[in-house]
Amino acid sequence: MEINSRSSRIFQLVSGVIFVLICALTLIPVLRVIAISFSSKSAILAGQVFVFPVGFTMEAYHKVFGNINFLRSFVYTIVLTLGFTAISMMMTILAAYPLSKKGLKGGSIIMTLFVLTMYFDPGTIPTYLNVKSFGLINTAWSLIIPGSLSAYNLIIMRSFFTSIDKSLYESAYIDGCSEWKALYKIAVPLSVPAIATLSLFYAVWRWNNVSDVLYYINKSNLYTVQMMLKQMIDSVKISLLEGKTSQLAADNIKAASIVISMTPMLIAYPFIQKYFTKGIMLGAVKG
Amino acid sequence: MREKSDTAIQKNIGKKKKKVAAKTYIRNNYQLYMMLVLPVIYLILFKYKPMIGVVAAFKNYNVFRGVWGSPWTGLSHFKEAFASNDFWMALKNTLILNVGDIIISFPIPIILALFLYELNSKVIKKSTQVILYLPYFFSWVIIAGIVNQLCSNGGMINNIITAFGGKSINFLTVPWMWQAVYWISGLWQGAGYGLIIYLAALSGADPSLGEAAYIDGAGRFKRIWYVTIPQIKGTISVMLIMKLGQVVSIGFDRPYMMSNTLVKSVSDVISTYVYSVGLQSARFDFATAVGLFQSVVGVLLLLIVNAMAKKFGEEGVI
Repeated sequence: MEINSRSSRIFQLVSGVIFVLICALTLIPVLRVIAISFSSKSAILAGQVFVFPVGFTMEAYHKVFGNINFLRSFVYTIVLTLGFTAISMMMTILAAYPLSKKGLKGGSIIMTLFVLTMYFDPGTIPTYLNVKSFGLINTAWSLIIPGSLSAYNLIIMRSFFTSIDKSLYESAYIDGCSEWKALYKIAVPLSVPAIATLSLFYAVWRWNNVSDVLYYINKSNLYTVQMMLKQMIDSVKISLLEGKTSQLAADNIKAASIVISMTPMLIAYPFIQKYFTKGIMLGAVKG
Repeated sequence: MREKSDTAIQKNIGKKKKKVAAKTYIRNNYQLYMMLVLPVIYLILFKYKPMIGVVAAFKNYNVFRGVWGSPWTGLSHFKEAFASNDFWMALKNTLILNVGDIIISFPIPIILALFLYELNSKVIKKSTQVILYLPYFFSWVIIAGIVNQLCSNGGMINNIITAFGGKSINFLTVPWMWQAVYWISGLWQGAGYGLIIYLAALSGADPSLGEAAYIDGAGRFKRIWYVTIPQIKGTISVMLIMKLGQVVSIGFDRPYMMSNTLVKSVSDVISTYVYSVGLQSARFDFATAVGLFQSVVGVLLLLIVNAMAKKFGEEGVI
């Protein structure tokens, strides 16, 4: 279509250049933080660092990982995220599979009740008091159970199960296959892309979310990495407001902490972006 | 003889099959309900029980008596909220930050998607999606940290300003500049997500319509305006309904993490107000009332916007 017309070639060139610039603008803040984290203090203070490290050094990383609390929190957050993801996925599958069966009595009522929770949020305080009433405050469970089933993810999982060819189930039932067996021998293996997508949704949410840690946890040994980072940034924020330059020395340590806490996302990103598009489209089609 | 016995056997099998089918039906459904036990318990205890807990908004909450044992107080918390300057400031700031977000972050992903759709280069198409989508996976803690490193006194933007002989400005301490930073960082974080949604919608568009328009002599921009946009109007209106319906609701992490003491006059929003009144000052009843106000107005707005969209012939979300 009009590939060879002159105005079209100009359009392609100009918009191509603009998109490359937009990409660069998007990446610069990330590259900048990475560059700072690997740069020497003197280069940072002199304002020499742009998007490439100057005076390459791993000093900031040694310091951050030398902080036993941060290291412990890092490992704890990984375990927490994996546990949360496993539990949430189990809950989501257990809810989605029966609700994907058309003939199930009461199924549509339960589904409606789940969907309604997407529109009405009781608010921070009732949720907090509820978590408190179960004695979960200051336990890791407060970061696992309350968010362990998202209605949005349930809708996506359910629509995936619904799209599985029914004849597959029927032949299995004739062979005497139970629903549990049908779930883990037929439905789950056929839904790997959806399960991968939703697991990533859950994992990303758990890794990144700070508000519930702030609400439910006040023991620092149960702080997630993001919460540790928040405290670090807060302490630097105050000194920045006072306009002190002395605090700039801590810039590389802060940058290293930021880089460390986004590394799991950066590692997962190639997988994430492969599946997330699918996930978004699933949600967009059925949601 | 033989035929007769055959049909008899078949009848027998048919009966047996029916019986077996009925039995498996019961057994299968029993198992399905077993699967639902945990999710339903979760639904009741962690989704609907807190909804009942909103009655705290109409009570004088006493820690020792709990929500149910505390005495009723009617609408006094709401009256107090509506009489409080802090509440109106939080509501005003919530609206300003959200409306700014809609003005900036709503149209730009659409424009990007339309132009990316027109682009021939597959490499640029793919890499733009991958790169723009990346910040969506960073927490607001990380983004606040990055923003501090860019906009503070020793930050990158000021390095550039001073390199050109300008004077260093701490962007995060001037209210209107802080707002701008808030909006831009929202765009930075969310543009890729929007872009992918609209590109997904565009992938369902019919290219032959555009070709037909081209043959009829329509230029590129006319084609985008009259042919491409109408085909993704449904997606655009759904996204807009969601955004408008949430104009009184605001997440906690983003304003809380980005805020600082010097810009409280523009950064205090409902979610941070509920947190500071409710959890930091332990006024559970009053904060519940503020949160309930936000939720109820949110649901009403969503219903209104949805009804309006349907009136204009668009698909709604509910």
